[in-house]
Amino acid sequence: MRRIGDAPIVRRLLIGAALLLSALFLLLPLVAIFAQAFSQGVAVFWANVSNTFTLHAIGLTLVIALMTIPICLVFGVALAWLVTRFSFPGRRILQTLIDIPFAVSPVVAGLIYLLLYGRNGWIGSWLDTHDIQLMFAWPGILMVTIFVTCPFVARELIPLMQAQGSREEEAAVTLGASGWTTFWRVTLPNIRWALLYGIILTNARAVGEFGAVSVVSGAIRGQTNTLPLHLEQLYQDYNAVGAFASAALLALIALLTLAAKAGLEWRASRREAFS
Amino acid sequence: MSQLAFWRSGSTRVLPGFGLSMGISVLFISLVLLLPITGLFGQLANLSLAEYFAIITEGRVVASYMVTIGAAAVAALVNAVFGLLLAWVLVRYEFPGKRLLDALMDLPFALPTAVAGITLATLYAGNGWVGNIIEPMGFQVAYTWVGIALAMAFTSIPFVVRTVQPVLEDLPAEVDEAAMSLGATDGVAFRRVIMPHLWPALVTGTGLAFVRSLGEFGAIIFIAGNMPYETEITALMIFVKLQEYDYAGASAIASVVLFVSLALLLAINIWQGRFVRRLHGGKG
Amino acid sequence: MTLPSSFRTGLRRSLLAAAVGTAVSGMTFSSAAVAQERELLNSSYDIARELFAAINPEFQAWWEEEHGEEIAISQSHGGSSAQARAIMQGLRADVVTFNQVTDVQVLADAGLVAEDWQDAFENNASPYYSTTAFLVRKGNPKGIESWDDLVKEDVQMVFPNPKTSGNGRYTYLAAWGFAENEFDGDEEQIQDFMRTFLRNVAVFDTGGRGATTSFIERGIGDVLISFESEVNNIRSEYGSDDYEVVVPPVSILAEFPVAVVGENAERNGNSDLAQSYLEYLYSEDAQRQLAGFNYRVHNETVVAEFADQFPDTELFEVEDVFGSWEEAMENHFEGGALLDQLQRR
Repeated sequence: MRRIGDAPIVRRLLIGAALLLSALFLLLPLVAIFAQAFSQGVAVFWANVSNTFTLHAIGLTLVIALMTIPICLVFGVALAWLVTRFSFPGRRILQTLIDIPFAVSPVVAGLIYLLLYGRNGWIGSWLDTHDIQLMFAWPGILMVTIFVTCPFVARELIPLMQAQGSREEEAAVTLGASGWTTFWRVTLPNIRWALLYGIILTNARAVGEFGAVSVVSGAIRGQTNTLPLHLEQLYQDYNAVGAFASAALLALIALLTLAAKAGLEWRASRREAFS
Repeated sequence: MSQLAFWRSGSTRVLPGFGLSMGISVLFISLVLLLPITGLFGQLANLSLAEYFAIITEGRVVASYMVTIGAAAVAALVNAVFGLLLAWVLVRYEFPGKRLLDALMDLPFALPTAVAGITLATLYAGNGWVGNIIEPMGFQVAYTWVGIALAMAFTSIPFVVRTVQPVLEDLPAEVDEAAMSLGATDGVAFRRVIMPHLWPALVTGTGLAFVRSLGEFGAIIFIAGNMPYETEITALMIFVKLQEYDYAGASAIASVVLFVSLALLLAINIWQGRFVRRLHGGKG
Repeated sequence: MTLPSSFRTGLRRSLLAAAVGTAVSGMTFSSAAVAQERELLNSSYDIARELFAAINPEFQAWWEEEHGEEIAISQSHGGSSAQARAIMQGLRADVVTFNQVTDVQVLADAGLVAEDWQDAFENNASPYYSTTAFLVRKGNPKGIESWDDLVKEDVQMVFPNPKTSGNGRYTYLAAWGFAENEFDGDEEQIQDFMRTFLRNVAVFDTGGRGATTSFIERGIGDVLISFESEVNNIRSEYGSDDYEVVVPPVSILAEFPVAVVGENAERNGNSDLAQSYLEYLYSEDAQRQLAGFNYRVHNETVVAEFADQFPDTELFEVEDVFGSWEEAMENHFEGGALLDQLQRR
């Protein structure tokens, strides 16, 4: 059966337009970054990447992202379940509240955490007297990263779960399945790709976040310097090649997560084909 | 108990997990989102109402609202069209390089915004790869508001693509088969059959892109030129206040952006809820 | 792609492990490390990374020789007012080495730095200084020699926004100081001069680095205005054949103030170390390194060595023309003050 937009001419036209625009708009900047990173040869690139401070920055960035993802995942699924499967007063407000991170400029996001947990903040001053330091240490970086990335999973799930409706789950529960079984067997298979997108977006944003992190990190080299901050310092210091080498690494991390997703999708589709 | 029963009575009586999901959501939203926001309002408390209005209606700040909103609107509209096209192509067609194209979509999120800004400025400045082609043709992008819109569009394109894509993917094949079998042309079938399903996601994605653009700073300052009254964005005004250690002033301008953004998002959510309910014949 | 895949995976894994390993060890064991080895944190401005990366090992060696103690020095860099903000909110830096007097003063006002910090070290607690200078394109095609050449109709300038950058504030104040002298303090003429001056700005980047990029890599403007040290560094970085440095006959003295953050140094048990570290910046060795980074210094031996690198120029201080930094900020840069009025249309 023919589907909409299947006519060869429409198809070619649309694909062509998409490829052309993406090439200009997205691929070109990517190429420019790698061109800059390798502008002085592979050896210089490698020297910049394998530098102790760069390695530390890569590690810190990855660890922060790995800690952020499960937290955002649990929250995102819970919220999406809540607002798409139940109706209650305040539902829209709740759903809007999770968009706060999108509405707040990242620098302001960092600032509000600093004002609360910093030395003069009303939680921060208590922490300070107990010698607990959250800001200008890795917990602060984690906190603002969670703030900035927490809407992504929920945002991916809500429209999809809304569009799917809850009939299948209701059927399962009516037939006697427990809540968890329903979730694992009925909901999860339906939302898994959206969930994966959500994780990828969360990861991408967590790895790349600069504005908010820069405010709360203190940017101490070898301690609280994430890759984007490290990059900024190199750039300020006229080490453009080093800066773009870091940028290339960040782009690479993004592409690798995407490749992982593509791999999973492919394996799943093969398993479905065999079963 | 009776109140809870009333709450749950809306659309669904059978599904479990209300308490658990409500608990997690409310706890998280309170601790991670609302508590820090109180810091912002704590700063505002240092200002009298007159001072607050004086700060947010200062000529240069108002000019920055205009620049920001105008550029963000253009960026969002461009993204709506471009994002829909990309989502459609990625979901519906098989072609060489599809995986790569799909991977590219998330690039703007993964790049620190400053890198995006520097790179775009490099490409579009008069001596850049793109700039030295288009500037002789009379298009100046870098250091004009077009550059601002470009940077905004770049940083927010994934919002549209990634919101529309899963919904489109989830659309059963029967939907357009049915439409085609009735003899509708592609255009009509797309408008009448596909779009109604996509509207909520498309509007949400575009709205998010718009809102994200309002707050964007890092990617824009490198390509904006930052001339007073012409290419200064609101986020820069906030940054200036921070440089002056004026937390209250910074919070005042930030609160304007926050209110506008939240109002917009709330409107989108309400509209989307209505829309979906209509689509599902009363089911939310 | 010719590498065997097992090797590639191995390489990737070991690199990843190294990266994650260093980060995790840093996260969990940093307090243990502090117990063994004292660690001094220097909070500095954003373009001083290489400078202190060069000076720190020298100081560490000197300290070990003098006191038989191994120490570690950490660096934190950012815009100098962002750095001051971080310290006020709890970044436990022992010393600050800034490029803005006002940013140290903010810390003094908050009680973190001694009130008389400018008397704690020689030369107003500024171990090195610089001035505002011009970088022009090869051959100086617009013939720019001094400030009044910048208000000509066909001249376009690039310098960072005085609203966001201390560097930009110096440029603004230097031009104003020149005009004040030129027009004998006639306020109306000074303001006309400044209005034209500001109108000739092609791009207002938020920081010095952005301005450099606009001028060098984007090819915008006829002249870049920045610290003399920066202008020289940029010229050697981007090719001395394509650019020329012009130091105007009259310009402003830019101080690079240092201070011990008393409260933090005490808390970290680093008071003696912090004091020595900053004193060390006045030593002949350190001054020579500073001069090598194109900063002007006070040590006479070093000054003589580098004499031909720094042209004689008449430097006025902010206090000479504007009374004090406080007054300069209040009258010129705050919201609605002169800078805003001059840019209003």
